[in-house]
Amino acid sequence: MPMTAAAIQIENLTKDYPTGFLHMKTKRSLESLTMRVEEGEAFGFLGPNGAGKSTTIKLLMGIIFPTSGSARILGRPISDVEMHKDIGYLPEQPYFYDYLTAAEVLDYFARFYNFSAGERKIRVEKMLKKVGLETAGKIQLRKYSKGMLQRVGLAQAILHDPKVVILDEPMSGLDPVGRREVRDIILELKSEGKTVLFSTHILTDAEMLCDRVGVIVGGKLQGVGRPDEIVGLKVQGMEILFEADAANAKNAPILAKAAKSGSRYSLRVPEESLYSALEELKALGAKIASVAQIKPTLEEYFMHLVTKDRAQATAIEVHGK
Amino acid sequence: MSRIFSVALNTFREAVRDRVLYNLVFFALLMMVAAIFVGQISLGIESTIIVSLGLSAISIIGLLIAVFIGVGLVSKEIDKRTLYALLAKPVRRWEFLVGKFGGLVLTLTVNTGAMAAGLFLSLLFVKHSLDGSDATILIAVYFILLKIAIVVALALLFSCFTSQLLAILFTTGLYVAGLFVHEMRNLSGSKVSPAVQVIFSWISYILPNFENFNVMAAAAHGKAVPGILILQNTAYAVIYCAIVLAAASVVFSRRNLK
Repeated sequence: MPMTAAAIQIENLTKDYPTGFLHMKTKRSLESLTMRVEEGEAFGFLGPNGAGKSTTIKLLMGIIFPTSGSARILGRPISDVEMHKDIGYLPEQPYFYDYLTAAEVLDYFARFYNFSAGERKIRVEKMLKKVGLETAGKIQLRKYSKGMLQRVGLAQAILHDPKVVILDEPMSGLDPVGRREVRDIILELKSEGKTVLFSTHILTDAEMLCDRVGVIVGGKLQGVGRPDEIVGLKVQGMEILFEADAANAKNAPILAKAAKSGSRYSLRVPEESLYSALEELKALGAKIASVAQIKPTLEEYFMHLVTKDRAQATAIEVHGK
Repeated sequence: MSRIFSVALNTFREAVRDRVLYNLVFFALLMMVAAIFVGQISLGIESTIIVSLGLSAISIIGLLIAVFIGVGLVSKEIDKRTLYALLAKPVRRWEFLVGKFGGLVLTLTVNTGAMAAGLFLSLLFVKHSLDGSDATILIAVYFILLKIAIVVALALLFSCFTSQLLAILFTTGLYVAGLFVHEMRNLSGSKVSPAVQVIFSWISYILPNFENFNVMAAAAHGKAVPGILILQNTAYAVIYCAIVLAAASVVFSRRNLK
């Protein structure tokens, strides 16, 4: 992707929460986060629960305030509320005024963008249709399921055609059909050239939708890159698939290391031992089917980080005041 | 301004749909029944009793709504996280607060207006006619509304930094203290030491002074209220509300939401 202006620029963003009796202690839930999301890219923010994803997003949206550091969206500081005209935001597990209908809540939010009554009506109808709620628009939200509220949340986030869309766990609470629809909406936003930042712990969604991902664990950013780059950072070894005549090679030590499936063997060796292993197999008269790098999936990478840093997966207690 | 209006309108709509305003129908019916009953047992002073009873009821119901809904205006939005999506819109926190205040004051205006209509209907039922002296009742109702607006502002301020229960206690405490402002200023001659008298005198100027808003006796007896008092009370309520809302905005603008 060509380097363009950053849609979201975060520098050394840190957030401590006061805890304990009389708030004498603090817990750090985000530590010196520095990253940028380019204009027009779909960026996945990955991490387990309590990793700091929602904290980062809330900081960006001005719901909470940073202990230190700064962030800019579309070149403007996050303290600038007028910048929200160009941003759409879906909170995690969104909840709206349950005495309003979906159409009313969207109309209410649309008022903050100074649309005329006619334009509001058109936009509301369009959004309800887009998120599959056109037949439920006149039902009060108190009767909505979690998945339906999530759809309303998505509708209000993109109602005003924002340049940057920030979605906190957009797939949460959705059934497979709903997830598919949200994925399609994110892809559509991406194709329209919008910048999409979304947090998730569902890795397949990130692999499927994102240009780049950032992995955060214990409030610390562990890595940023394309999904394949992230997993490609560490080649774990080589996998050789081969067929061999067991009668000829039953005493060969290399076969003891291989896993057999049907007539085919699978052998995993360190990268530097590849050629010696191939020589051995050649000597046995084995027929090589394929040789491939063993890369961790994004999920394995993710789990590796989480396991490694389990102690820090929740916020870190840093110091007393 | 349109943002404040939008929040205010939504707050009003919430109150209507939460059926808060339905109490006024009940109140109006109660007033009619009370008027008939009182008219039968208190010969000669029935209208005085109806006015006193009616204004007291309007004041108490208004205060209850102001305190109990006022303290929930902000905290409910935070607890239910409805505020998250709203603050992501181009709306400043102080605009949200002022809109919430305006919405509840609008609700209370409609509520108080309807209850006042009930009071006038009762009076009409008993007296069979209304005269110029009954206009004082309208002024008394207006003063109740100003008083209630100050209470809403105080409830909003406390709900910005404390729990609903504490906000109710603080608001109610300030309201009660505000009824005794004159006594606090006139402690000379009592056994209280001069230093304490000075402290109480200072506090009395910070506390909301609700004593000037009470013209129920004048209204019940059809006595005129001086025009200057109307101006003074209006200016006092507007300035007091503005100061309290400014303080609430400062507190709320720095608050980390959950």
